[in-house]
Amino acid sequence: MKNMTKTSWATLICMVVLAVFPPYFLLHGQAFYMDLATRLVILGIAAVSLNLILGYGGMVSFGHAAFIGLGAYAVGIPSHHATWGGFDLIASYNGLFQLALAIVIAAVFALITGAISLRTKGVYFIMITMAFSQMAFFLFQSLDVYNGDDGLTIDVRSEFPFINLDSPMQLYGLSYGSLVAAMLLVKTIVNSRFGMVLQGAKDNNERMVTLGYNTYFYRLTAYVISGTMCGYAGFLLGNFTTFISPDMMHWTRSGELMFMVILGGASTALGPILGSSVFILMEEILSSFTIFWHLPFGLMLIGLVLFVRGGLMGLLKGKGK
Amino acid sequence: MDYTLLFVQVLNGLQLGLLLFLVASGLTLVFGILDFVNLAHGSIYMIGAFICASLTFVLGNFLWAVLVALPLTGLVGYAVELLVARRLYDKDHLDHVLGTFGLLLVLDTLAHMIWGPAGITVPLPAWLDGQIELFEGANIPVFRLLIIGTGLAVAAGLFWLVNYTRLGMLIRAGASNRTMVSALGIDIQTLFALVFALGAMLAGLAGMLISPITGATIGMGGQIIITAFVVIIIGGIGSMKGAFIAAVLIGLIDTLGRSFLDSLFELVMSENAAETAAPAVSAMMIYILMAIILAVKPQGLFPPKVR
Amino acid sequence: MTPLLEINGLKKSFGGVIATDDVHLDVIKGEIHAIIGPNGAGKTTLVSQLSGALKPDAGTVLLNGSDITDKPAYARAKLGITRSFQITSLVMGMSVLDNVALAVQARDGHSYRFLKPARKIAHIREEAMLNLAKVGLAKRAHDLTSELSHGEHRQIEIAIALASNAELMLLDEPMAGLGPNESASLVAFLKELKGQRSILLIEHDMDAVFALADRISVLVYGRIIATGLPDEIRSNDAVRHAYLGEE
Repeated sequence: MKNMTKTSWATLICMVVLAVFPPYFLLHGQAFYMDLATRLVILGIAAVSLNLILGYGGMVSFGHAAFIGLGAYAVGIPSHHATWGGFDLIASYNGLFQLALAIVIAAVFALITGAISLRTKGVYFIMITMAFSQMAFFLFQSLDVYNGDDGLTIDVRSEFPFINLDSPMQLYGLSYGSLVAAMLLVKTIVNSRFGMVLQGAKDNNERMVTLGYNTYFYRLTAYVISGTMCGYAGFLLGNFTTFISPDMMHWTRSGELMFMVILGGASTALGPILGSSVFILMEEILSSFTIFWHLPFGLMLIGLVLFVRGGLMGLLKGKGK
Repeated sequence: MDYTLLFVQVLNGLQLGLLLFLVASGLTLVFGILDFVNLAHGSIYMIGAFICASLTFVLGNFLWAVLVALPLTGLVGYAVELLVARRLYDKDHLDHVLGTFGLLLVLDTLAHMIWGPAGITVPLPAWLDGQIELFEGANIPVFRLLIIGTGLAVAAGLFWLVNYTRLGMLIRAGASNRTMVSALGIDIQTLFALVFALGAMLAGLAGMLISPITGATIGMGGQIIITAFVVIIIGGIGSMKGAFIAAVLIGLIDTLGRSFLDSLFELVMSENAAETAAPAVSAMMIYILMAIILAVKPQGLFPPKVR
Repeated sequence: MTPLLEINGLKKSFGGVIATDDVHLDVIKGEIHAIIGPNGAGKTTLVSQLSGALKPDAGTVLLNGSDITDKPAYARAKLGITRSFQITSLVMGMSVLDNVALAVQARDGHSYRFLKPARKIAHIREEAMLNLAKVGLAKRAHDLTSELSHGEHRQIEIAIALASNAELMLLDEPMAGLGPNESASLVAFLKELKGQRSILLIEHDMDAVFALADRISVLVYGRIIATGLPDEIRSNDAVRHAYLGEE
């Protein structure tokens, strides 16, 4: 433990706080804080997944919310048919089936859109990922079977053996465990040889290609992993809110995810968690004061870009030097 | 097939395409010269619509309102450039996107505070409100013809500006060669601000023109900006010609898709299936078009010149 | 005997400007073949077409007799072509050792323990260190690349070229921006390498070129106007007129 850096201490503290306080509050009748923490942790998983490609891979995806939506609809649609009939092939409350569906759909969507988007660079990539997510948004908006814009209510949560997602404590436990797993997975990927190439290509693609790396393949693989993780976050979010609508995939949601990653500090392990915490708290506090909370939020975003280098983690590390 | 309906829908598609061009031209102009991605461009489109709506009630006439609202929108664009955009130019595209996303939230919320959540309906003068029967059965609203005429005129004006004027030459020399432009003794800051204000006026004009049809509403900017992005991606970012062709193409495909796809689908599937599939496919059509074009030409139809 | 690298009728133009005009050239195994020419002669464009960064308009590139013209850059690297850049091109945000290790890793082949932390794979790190030591940078191995000097960056480029173990090294002005002492030691170093690797050397420093090259080709306005032994080039009238005469 002696050679732990400041940032690993911070990470440890954050994760302990997240493990201890929400259950404590729930047990003392403060379910509200548990709700907040569950949302934070689930969005944290999405932010961690985005950080893999944005922070470490330099792929500025402005369409990550699409994966959240796809994951959530993978819960909602089978559940909807199981309740109301129709589409027998997928009608089911079975959590394992829904989870598999969420993961496969997110992965396939990532593979197809990634294969096209990654042929482009820079601004094109930003806009194309945005456009593809908006395509998913409009697709679900146009599906009257699933109430289009008005969205779906999930009457029955995903059913798993051993875990009961109707219990806030168990849902939080699953989400928290998933967040830890996601962070470890990203850390492992980043430190592996694969991750070295990914980070090298972010910094200097030409050099990596000249060394013999097919960087397109590396990027696409990372993109699919990230999209799939984010789809999993959507699966959890659907089970948490029990209400899903195309709005979950709107491009402004993707913008919020990006904000979390950059605010917390891209290409750091803890950054996305810090970012999503600040976002959730700010949303909660500001929106309780005023319906115009997007105004201070927007100003903060501008300020973040103009004045804060490296996000909150940058500030933390900067003081250490 | 109903050819009269087809004709009417082609005109509608053309109208949508030209409005898209007005928004996209500003985006592509600003990107081509300033290398700047502006998500808040759609908000200026919205603000143009709101200013014009308010002025219509103050001045009592839509056309006067447009004439006064145009320079006002240009001023808003100039203020945005001065206060925020200017400080972002030398940062990377990620910062542009985040910063202008913040700007978009600020502008949309301000509009919400000033004009309220409901949006404003804009009345047209009587002579613009009617319809013309172009031929038997084809009744076209006069105002739509005005939009098409204005769109074409602005497009022509822009081509003249970009290809035949000194400003256009500077624009084409553009961001790729900032030092050269400065060496010519041009105040680059002023040039950038001018271009930004011009782009704002174009977007604002589009907002004003659509407002009598859809009203001025808070969310209108966020909706059009993505489609405008698709337009400039397909056209090739920075290319005016590309923006024009892509905008008209998308306007036509989107409009025709929405009105005729179900009857096309009914040829190959049951009526029920067609009624479900057609809206879904037509909602995705322009994105599928974008994907296909990019798969063949990753930099769009008219890619910017290398070096 | 087939030459290691063979270029036939290579052509490339940008807009109306012809950058590579019907170039025929070869590199024999073990030789240093230098290309000289005035600024704007199209030397870097030529290298880029050989490394695969640019696609030629016409002509073929053969490596060991097999056609690689349509192969992408990463595939050519796998086949044994490495390139150094005229303008230093390194992964600035990583350590010096990481940069070289990435080159070793690139030809290390696949391993099933793909999740193992890359910085803990001993044989890769050791070999990278060895190559850094060869260029005299072992001391700086763990420093951030962006913190090193220009001269040291050039040395890292060489270490990477060595580490990639490529048969053919395309060195694009390796002496650019080096002081006289640094240049001299780099020349001595490349001399030692002679015979072990084949090198296509683009260089402005005439002393270095004549000290190192087995053969020299002169590129002017995208065309090869002469190829020959150093002495032949020195005494070639056309060359003197077109190029050496300018100095």
